[in-house]
Amino acid sequence: MSDGTGGYHAHHDMGGEPAGPVDRSTHDYAFWEKRVDALMVLLSAPERGLLRVDELRRGIESLGAYAYDRMSYYERWIASITNIMVEKGVLSQAEIDARIADLKARGVGRP
Amino acid sequence: MTARFEPGAAVRVRLDDPKGHCRTPHYCRGRSGVVERICGAFRDPEELAYGGEGLPKQPLYRVRFAQAELWPDYAGPAGDCVEIEIYEHWLEAAG
Amino acid sequence: MSVEHSHGHDHDHAPPPDQDGPWSDYQYLETAVRELLIEKGIFSNDDVRRMIERMDSRSPARGAQVVAKAWSDPAFKDRLLADGRGAVEELGIDIEPVRLIVVENTAAEHNMVVCTLCSCYPRNLLGLPPDWYKARAYRSRAVREPRAVLAEFGTELPDGVAVRVHDSTADMRYMVLPRRPDGSEGLGEAELADLVTRDSMIGVSLPKTPA
Repeated sequence: MSDGTGGYHAHHDMGGEPAGPVDRSTHDYAFWEKRVDALMVLLSAPERGLLRVDELRRGIESLGAYAYDRMSYYERWIASITNIMVEKGVLSQAEIDARIADLKARGVGRP
Repeated sequence: MTARFEPGAAVRVRLDDPKGHCRTPHYCRGRSGVVERICGAFRDPEELAYGGEGLPKQPLYRVRFAQAELWPDYAGPAGDCVEIEIYEHWLEAAG
Repeated sequence: MSVEHSHGHDHDHAPPPDQDGPWSDYQYLETAVRELLIEKGIFSNDDVRRMIERMDSRSPARGAQVVAKAWSDPAFKDRLLADGRGAVEELGIDIEPVRLIVVENTAAEHNMVVCTLCSCYPRNLLGLPPDWYKARAYRSRAVREPRAVLAEFGTELPDGVAVRVHDSTADMRYMVLPRRPDGSEGLGEAELADLVTRDSMIGVSLPKTPA
């Protein structure tokens, strides 16, 4: 298919690509997914201005094909939000890693 | 805001292939359509995505493309179309 | 964990809430990021709770109320088509900051909405989108073979009805105003609203017909 771009386009730019039937099954959003959504809305609120939807999208796109092949929707969001918070110096990767280690050490998230 | 194109104007989407964030889908690049309406003036997402201000605001258009213009093998009726929001810097006048 | 490093790992999706499985890497990431942002005073736990409550209060029922009003009140319909947000706000529904374009299905034209680049959706009016709206099959095919996609939703349109697909790529959000079903003449707004489905406002299906 000729699209005037030499056939190249980014993975997320998928209009017109061949794909299978639409799977109409849906899931109820898990609470942690709603929290990710809430983080985005709160960070992008005018009074904070720490994250723009355009930055969120750019961050998701830069996760590459992997993001679409292996990650769920809100996994892509939290990955992008995290990377942009680190990029802006709001959070450091070291403190995030340390907090995750701490949560695991305390047994949080294990049945 | 001064809009370069009026509703009804024939326009063509620039043929370009930027590597960064962009809201003009690949499948309409280089294709011709008609301005359906002017949506207003908005900041440029290609700059907003990287921390820029995306100013000055520029006109955002809804452009209507015949399906057969986008997909030469389109099998449906001739009246079928796709409408896409496109920022002015992506558009040029079409004959 | 950095997002980069997780790429090589076996992937574990978050378990559904009725399973007691261990958290995924991304659930840990969400919790760590949220806790740190709260500790830095960027927002509070209460802010997060309020955002989720607000999200939960938005559902297709709000859109159905708007459609039923438009079916019942031609002047309202005209205002809705001219200025989506302004008309919706008349009903006490706040969708700020969404810029809403309402597109009307007629005997000659059927509208459907997609976002090929991500998942733009009028969430402040209709709530969060269904999973298929965000997934590859719909996003890829809706702009190229809309009639085949419609058929998968059980929507068969005659060739005399033009299909107009809206790719929601930038600052506008779209809602379809479906055609009022035959046989609904005597119904009030509440009964009409019961006929309006989420999918009919995305434009992949038609509203229900009165029993």
